[in-house]
Amino acid sequence: MDLSAVSPALYSLLGAVFNLSHPGHFIHWHWINLSVANVIVIGLMIVTFIAAILIPFPKHKTEQGEAHD
Amino acid sequence: MTEVPSKTAGNPEDAGMWTAKIRSRVVDALPPDRLLPDRQPAYVASWIYVFGVVTIAALVLIIATGCILAIFGPQWWHTNSFGHFINSMHLWSVEVFFFAMIVHLWGKFFMAAWRGHRQLTWILGIVTFLGSIVTAFTGYLSQTNFDSQWIGTQAKDGINATGGGAFFNVLNFGQMLMWHITLMPIIVCVLTALHVLLVRRKGVVPPFPTAAELAEASAATTEVAP
Repeated sequence: MDLSAVSPALYSLLGAVFNLSHPGHFIHWHWINLSVANVIVIGLMIVTFIAAILIPFPKHKTEQGEAHD
Repeated sequence: MTEVPSKTAGNPEDAGMWTAKIRSRVVDALPPDRLLPDRQPAYVASWIYVFGVVTIAALVLIIATGCILAIFGPQWWHTNSFGHFINSMHLWSVEVFFFAMIVHLWGKFFMAAWRGHRQLTWILGIVTFLGSIVTAFTGYLSQTNFDSQWIGTQAKDGINATGGGAFFNVLNFGQMLMWHITLMPIIVCVLTALHVLLVRRKGVVPPFPTAAELAEASAATTEVAP
C-alpha cells in the first residue's frame, strides 16, 4: 500500500527524520574514509566520555568512605 | 551473628572429595559478600563507572530480542510490524552496547585498569570486545536483505585474502546465522560473565593517587628509610 497516496501527513510522520533516499555521505582524508553517520557516533562517544568525567554523580548521605551501589 | 557458609557441607570426612575441594576453592575465591556486595568504594560514585553495567544491560536486551527473532524467523521480522519493532530493538540495543562498551574501554584505559593484578580482567574485556565485533558482523550478514548481501560480497575478498575463507564463508548464510545465534552469543556471554566475576574478585580499580597522596606516601617512605 502506498501511504503517500492515502495520507501524505501520515506518510511524512512515519518517514525517517532525515531523508535517507540518497547515497551516504563520506569524509575522505588520505587513507581515512568514514561515513558521516559514524563520525557523528564517534563524536557523541567523545562528548559522553568527557561529560561522564566532568558531571558530578549524585551522592547519598551515607557513612564516610562508602557509597551505595 | 552472620552465619558463614559451610565449605564441607557438614561431614568432615567428605572434605577430601572433589566436590568439597572445588566448593572450597570457589567460596575462597568469591565469598558471597564479595560476589554480590551491598556497597561499593566511594570512588565508584562517578558516571564513568556506569558504562560497564550499561553495556551488560544492553547485552541482556540484545539476547532477549534475539531470542524472539530466532523463534519467529526472517519472514516474520521482515513482514510483521511487531517483527520490525523487535528487529529494530535488536539493532539499537547493539548500537547502545558498542557505544557504552567503547566509553567503558576509554575510561578503563585512561585509569590503567590493569593495575593491582587486574591484567586478566583487562585482557578478557578486550577479547570480549573482539568477540562482539565478530558477533555483530555475522549479525549484519544475517539480516537477509540487500545490505547483508552487499556486506557479504564486499567482505569475502578480505576474508579470503587472510585464508580464513576456507572455513569462514561470509556468503554462506546458514553458516553465518549459526555463528551469530549460537556460537558467538555463547562465547560473548561466557567471556562477559568471567569478566564480571574477575571484577568482583579483584574489586573495582581505584583512581590514580592525587599529587598530595603521592607526596604523603613519598614522605612516609623517606621517614622509614635509614
